[in-house]
Amino acid sequence: MSTDAGSERAGLALHVRDLACARGGLVLLEGVRFDLRAGQGLVLRGPNGCGKTTLLRTVAGLQLPVAGQVDIAPDALTYAAHADGLKSMLSLRENLAFWAAIHGLGRADVDRAIEAMNLGALDGRAAQNLSAGQKRRLGLARLLVSGRWLWVLDEPTVSLDAASVQLFAEQVRAHLSSGGAVLIATHIDLGLPELSELDLGPFRAAPRSATGGAFDEAFL
Amino acid sequence: MIALLIRDLRLSFRAGGGFGLGLGFFLILAVLVPLGVGPSSATLALIAPGILWVGALLACLLSLDRLFALDFEDGSLDLLATSPIPLEGVVAIKALAHWLTTGLPLVLLAPVLGVLLNLPGAAYGWLVLSLVIGTPALSVIGAFGAALTVGLKRGGLLLSLLVLPLYIPTLVFGAQAVIRGAQGLDPSGALLLLGGITAGSAALLPFAAAHALRINLR
Repeated sequence: MSTDAGSERAGLALHVRDLACARGGLVLLEGVRFDLRAGQGLVLRGPNGCGKTTLLRTVAGLQLPVAGQVDIAPDALTYAAHADGLKSMLSLRENLAFWAAIHGLGRADVDRAIEAMNLGALDGRAAQNLSAGQKRRLGLARLLVSGRWLWVLDEPTVSLDAASVQLFAEQVRAHLSSGGAVLIATHIDLGLPELSELDLGPFRAAPRSATGGAFDEAFL
Repeated sequence: MIALLIRDLRLSFRAGGGFGLGLGFFLILAVLVPLGVGPSSATLALIAPGILWVGALLACLLSLDRLFALDFEDGSLDLLATSPIPLEGVVAIKALAHWLTTGLPLVLLAPVLGVLLNLPGAAYGWLVLSLVIGTPALSVIGAFGAALTVGLKRGGLLLSLLVLPLYIPTLVFGAQAVIRGAQGLDPSGALLLLGGITAGSAALLPFAAAHALRINLR
């Protein structure tokens, strides 16, 4: 991350317009609208199954919207979900170094991320020997080596203890102050008053098929 | 992209990575066939090119279902899909890693197993050459099949059924090149067709496979 990252990122923004998204052929949310600019964070709230994950995957471009649009510059976001994308046979450092290399970052960034998520003592340990919380911290350290402007996070604090949640919240705050943005789905209070909240309840769709009855669309 | 190649190679050599699976299968096949067929060296010499090619093809097939399935299960595929590397590149690199860990060792082992099967002396060069040209196609076609079946539990059966018909041209021309070589005829026609299949599938199938992956990630 360069020192003038804040100014580089000033113009970046995420615009979500009248978005409808579906999982398993059922429309879960519709008419979702929000904007996210540099330095802003948004927490998505809603009960289990209301479509938080589906919305995040749609924003991340892993899923196509049923209607509406997601406007964001290409290669601007990184996504983290329940699966951390770790290889059990690789060491903690190898896992992190791989994702850093994929995003064009180097050893110094890996060192910084390991330091930031308090993983230094586990450096050479194979990922299969890490505890669930340690794996999660490694998964979150990956965000720091992505160099991406927007973090799209699905329940990032699962299996983290209170101290690690605090650590994570600090990283989110640092990311926001360097001009980054975060979009988080979570049930807990991160202790970050600067994040605004969006309750997905009003956007829940009446149960209907995503394809409007067109049979072969289901296979596309 | 180099980082992805290095990671895949490193993973396949670590415990549980599956390196050697195809090689072991190939070895077992070539050892058992003479025992099953009988010691007649004339018969063995006749069937050796076909057996070696069929063995190489099945050995390639063995490790295919893990190609994307592991990355799909641990979430790496989602992360790769949002990374700066295009999915087409991911497919091409993974097919290359598969070839380096499965196809290339088979090419190197095949002449040794040719001795066990009494392969005629004139055919060894053509065997190695045809495998070098043909096995990359097996990896690329296989990567396409693996991309199609990535979201399925136990997708290996479907993968084999999808991929085997696509393997047939490679098998026919590959084995034909060795047979013609063994008989002292000119095998260049079969080799050219084999090269055409490899070049064509390496050029086109990564795009088809990347599209299949995108659909399966939804």
